[in-house]
Amino acid sequence: MSALLEVDAVDVSYGDAQALFGLSVTVAEGETLAVIGANGAGKSTLLKTVAGVVRPRRGDVRLDGASLSGVPAHRRVGRGIAMSPEGRRLFPSLTVEENLLVGAHSRRPGPWALDAVYALFPLVAERRARSAANLSGGEQQAVAIGRALMANPRLLLLDEVSLGLAPVVVAQLYAALPQITAQGTTVLVVEQDVHQALAVADRVQCLLEGRTVLEGPADRVDTAALSAAYFGVDA
Amino acid sequence: MSWVNAVVQGILLGGLYALVAAGLSLVFGVMRIVNLAHGVLAVLAAFGAYVLGDTLGLHPFLALLVVVPVMAAVGYGLQRGLLNRALGGGELAPLLVTFGLAVVLQNALLEAFSADSRRLDLGSLGTASIPVTDGLAVGVFPLLAAVTGVVVIAAIGQFLARTATGRAMRATSDDRDAAALMGIDGRHLYGVATAIALATVAIAGVFLGARSTFDPAAGGTTLIFAFEAVVIGGLGSLWGTLLGGVVLGVAQAVGAAVDPAYGVLAGHVVFLVVLATRPRGLLPSAVTA
Repeated sequence: MSALLEVDAVDVSYGDAQALFGLSVTVAEGETLAVIGANGAGKSTLLKTVAGVVRPRRGDVRLDGASLSGVPAHRRVGRGIAMSPEGRRLFPSLTVEENLLVGAHSRRPGPWALDAVYALFPLVAERRARSAANLSGGEQQAVAIGRALMANPRLLLLDEVSLGLAPVVVAQLYAALPQITAQGTTVLVVEQDVHQALAVADRVQCLLEGRTVLEGPADRVDTAALSAAYFGVDA
Repeated sequence: MSWVNAVVQGILLGGLYALVAAGLSLVFGVMRIVNLAHGVLAVLAAFGAYVLGDTLGLHPFLALLVVVPVMAAVGYGLQRGLLNRALGGGELAPLLVTFGLAVVLQNALLEAFSADSRRLDLGSLGTASIPVTDGLAVGVFPLLAAVTGVVVIAAIGQFLARTATGRAMRATSDDRDAAALMGIDGRHLYGVATAIALATVAIAGVFLGARSTFDPAAGGTTLIFAFEAVVIGGLGSLWGTLLGGVVLGVAQAVGAAVDPAYGVLAGHVVFLVVLATRPRGLLPSAVTA
């Protein structure tokens, strides 16, 4: 398997506060990588760096070997990177269907269109004419994932799918993931919910204060070592 | 009958105000910029039509075929070159930049055309009227101006509601950063919005210049009436702007029927009353960013 995404030793700062310290992340084509960590570990910053929302001070981000430095966020979508951002960030004055159509703005060809997203999330289909402002949290998250899929990404970035949702709703959302990866889509998921992350991912990488403290295959990772790494205590 | 007449003329005048205000409303709705150069840009368009009439003998409505695309191009350039940069500088920066632009444009027009009053000559169309009943006649030109106002506002509304670019514009208005994650280039989209706004300003400017005399300083009054129409109707709401224009126009016409000196004053009073009692306007937009 060749690497689709290479994050190579990036430093990212917000003003004086440095969030990532020489962080490297590699995701192979077709793989699902879960990046886990506590609040402030730099997980969301990593996704924002890949999406082009924040620029690294040092280091490089490459997609399929080509550097993305100097490529603004809106053009990365055309290259095949789509994100479901933290907090869903739906467009409240648009209907559910309009939100999905905005996701297809870059007109990348591929398997995902309105019908396919509605088949994946039947609940979203029922709400298609409703304003995106009047949805439950789980429905909003499903629309946000569907909206990212509408861009037909090679690399799908999922930021904190579980945030603020009941465990049963989170499980329903993650149940859709195999149907997404079955299309060959590479997924980079950021998650605080470790069990959920381990259940869906091929590989897991744990961050602490902007650095990698543990990584390995999701099915063979030692949970004691993982929880130590997660909280930053010596096992 | 004179009251009916005043109301009818006021409604027609309101359609013209809505035409003037449409671009202001669009730019505010999409980018939250209050364009203080809006009025003087309308005057610029009127001078453009005046020059075309003076040198090539073009009828003002034919001149629109040139003035509208030129103003749209100016709008795109203005947004990309100046206003997008100003947007990065906080809420006050675009206000100050458009204010400065208004001052510069007004003085440039004064330098080029002097302070003389001009008027765009419509020929026989300017005085033609349709008798409705005894004592009530509707001028063809005011009717045309009002219909144009309604058509322009309806067209912008349909553009925003039905086209992919309009949808992207509403999304960007909601959340520009999230829109960028969908592949939408906010800088380009803002340029398109201002291009559309200035295209409508060009139409409005030519109608204003044909309705009464204008000079380089006429931008201030134009801006105030447009701004009042937008605020009365509700910030960011296009149909509200049409309603606001009509309310303003009727207030001015009825005020003028009482005493010709009270026309403009009555409009301002209604504006203040609306601002005091319904600060979000008569038809506030459903979602406020």
